[in-house]
Amino acid sequence: MDLFEYQGKQLFAGYGIPVSPGGAAETVDEAVAVADRIGYPVVVKAQVHVGGRGKAGGIQLAADVDECRRHAAAILGMTIKGHVVGLVWIEQASDIAREYYASFTLDRSAKTHLGLLSAQGGIDIEEVAATSPDAIARIHVDPVEGLTPARCEAWVDEARLDPEARADTVEILHQLWRCYEEADADLVEVNPLILTTDGVVRALDAKVTLDGNAVFRHPDYQEYEETQPRDAREQEAFHKGLQYVGLDGTVGVIANGAGLAMSTVDVVNEVGGQPANFLDIGGGANADVMAGALEVINHDPKVHAILINIFGGITKGEEVATGIVQALERVTIESPIVIRLDGTNADQGRAILQPHLSDRLRLEPTMLDAARTAVQLAGKAG
Amino acid sequence: MSIFVDDTTKVVYQGLTGSQGRFYGRLNREYGTQVVAGTNPKKAGTDVDGIPVFANVAEAVEATGANASCVFIPAPGVKDAVIDAAAGGVEFIVVITEGVPMHDEAWFFNELRRDYPNVRLLGPNCPGIISPGLCNIGITAGHIAKAGGPVGIVSRSGTLTYQALYELAQQDIGVTTCVGIGGDPVPGTSFIDCLEAFDADPDTKAVMMIGEIGGSAEEEAAAYIKAEMSKPVVVYIAGVTAPPGKKMGHAGAIVSGGKGTAQAKMDALRDAGAKVGLNPTAAGALMVDVVAQL
Repeated sequence: MDLFEYQGKQLFAGYGIPVSPGGAAETVDEAVAVADRIGYPVVVKAQVHVGGRGKAGGIQLAADVDECRRHAAAILGMTIKGHVVGLVWIEQASDIAREYYASFTLDRSAKTHLGLLSAQGGIDIEEVAATSPDAIARIHVDPVEGLTPARCEAWVDEARLDPEARADTVEILHQLWRCYEEADADLVEVNPLILTTDGVVRALDAKVTLDGNAVFRHPDYQEYEETQPRDAREQEAFHKGLQYVGLDGTVGVIANGAGLAMSTVDVVNEVGGQPANFLDIGGGANADVMAGALEVINHDPKVHAILINIFGGITKGEEVATGIVQALERVTIESPIVIRLDGTNADQGRAILQPHLSDRLRLEPTMLDAARTAVQLAGKAG
Repeated sequence: MSIFVDDTTKVVYQGLTGSQGRFYGRLNREYGTQVVAGTNPKKAGTDVDGIPVFANVAEAVEATGANASCVFIPAPGVKDAVIDAAAGGVEFIVVITEGVPMHDEAWFFNELRRDYPNVRLLGPNCPGIISPGLCNIGITAGHIAKAGGPVGIVSRSGTLTYQALYELAQQDIGVTTCVGIGGDPVPGTSFIDCLEAFDADPDTKAVMMIGEIGGSAEEEAAAYIKAEMSKPVVVYIAGVTAPPGKKMGHAGAIVSGGKGTAQAKMDALRDAGAKVGLNPTAAGALMVDVVAQL
């Protein structure tokens, strides 16, 4: 789960990483109150889970209360790459001398952690990486050994940061590593890490992705899960505990297993349709889960046909079929449904579905046939 | 022949006394797997359907000669369970549990690599491994697979693995071993480990590989296939039309450098000489052709 900048900065501050004083605000009046408290000039920053905020006009300097009011009013409600800004972060403006870049993430290929550090941070860091890779100092950190102070010093030297920034940066990188490891982060990124004109190093931005699998040892992360941006469909699915990703098409998709669900979305596209969603109901596929999945899809006004793609493994075909029949008794579905049921005891499962079949509930022998029929039905209805 | 496991493999189930462990431990035993022991420090000395339960893997190995373990322990306990298994003396550890934190996975992968270099880890978050007719460790429905060969399967996805086993069985094509490596960020066994083992196995004549979007494991496998692999490989990659996932900051883009999309993976694999099917059925049909020409 991705954190907003302000959540990331609060997390950083807890690990002793210096950040600018500031506060979050949902309204213009709140923004002004924060600015009055910390003192002008301030920076008004849109809180969204995408990059490129500055280029979109979502970061503005305010010299006084009038400018703060004007910028907060403009930024709150602004749409940046499809994300509506519902929150701004107001912080003390910084006099920036230099912008660096620092991050830790997993290197999947090497199967160890990877630290990246550059003296050329800022908005064009990806271009720096592409055109002058030598400008980024990389270190692999073995999870068992951790990051030693000596390696950290050598790393900062290799990145050729300004001499007056080096001692503070070594300290900050240590804290950033500790944050990455102890907070169970998939990513911690500071861009830019700034050197101010009066010689102070601090994190001017914070991009943090936490590992949702580690919530069991960080109960407070529940709050972050609640603030993840979701559309109405995704919010309903989240509360039902379903693995759902909203898409824009007209064919609702339900499958058991992430791979099969992804594959089903692919096949709908392959035969000329547009999937409305990705929905993985897991291995069990019982009536409760199936009913919940159908409800979520039923509430999506764009859906004109539903494709249920189930492969029985340990869960037998007749159990899956019974689950579908029971779910249909509990939920009134508006769109026609096409089912593909294969795998263990698929014949028994199909026999259970047989008496319920109609124009609005069809059974097809293969994944491709089922996708074609669903796409055709969605096209007719649309 | 098969890779990694066969009818001589003796398995201890860590978490045998839990509901999942008990259910799949029994199913695996019914299939013919030598399920020789379970572990649970609080229930040592008891048994599950006649399968003796020990306090830890070392004691289970001592008493039964177990040489593999299967982990059904809930995610918070997996890190300790893996080290218990490696220190206890088994050579092959299969972790079925899903939801293991990335930092734990990275830690025990490197701990094994350093202190237990002869131990092979499979998973976490995988369906397990089956050498049809010989040994089934994990949650795969064994009866959907046809034994014998000539095809080996390696897959990142659970249900697509079953789909592949089923489609091959429908075509009367047998499987030497089917390895589900799981889709987690730090898989204990990689595509390349399996390709290498299948290439060396005389009964495996062709390999079916099922990948997914994300990471660069498929691209690395493509490089291996191009340079080393002597046997034909048929591929299916799921997620061709998946929306671009949340970008992991700039670090993700800097590390991956454009890799990770289904298209990039398919291009790399085609370039390496593999045959790529656009959907599971098409990949199955390609494999039928490959087997016919062996």
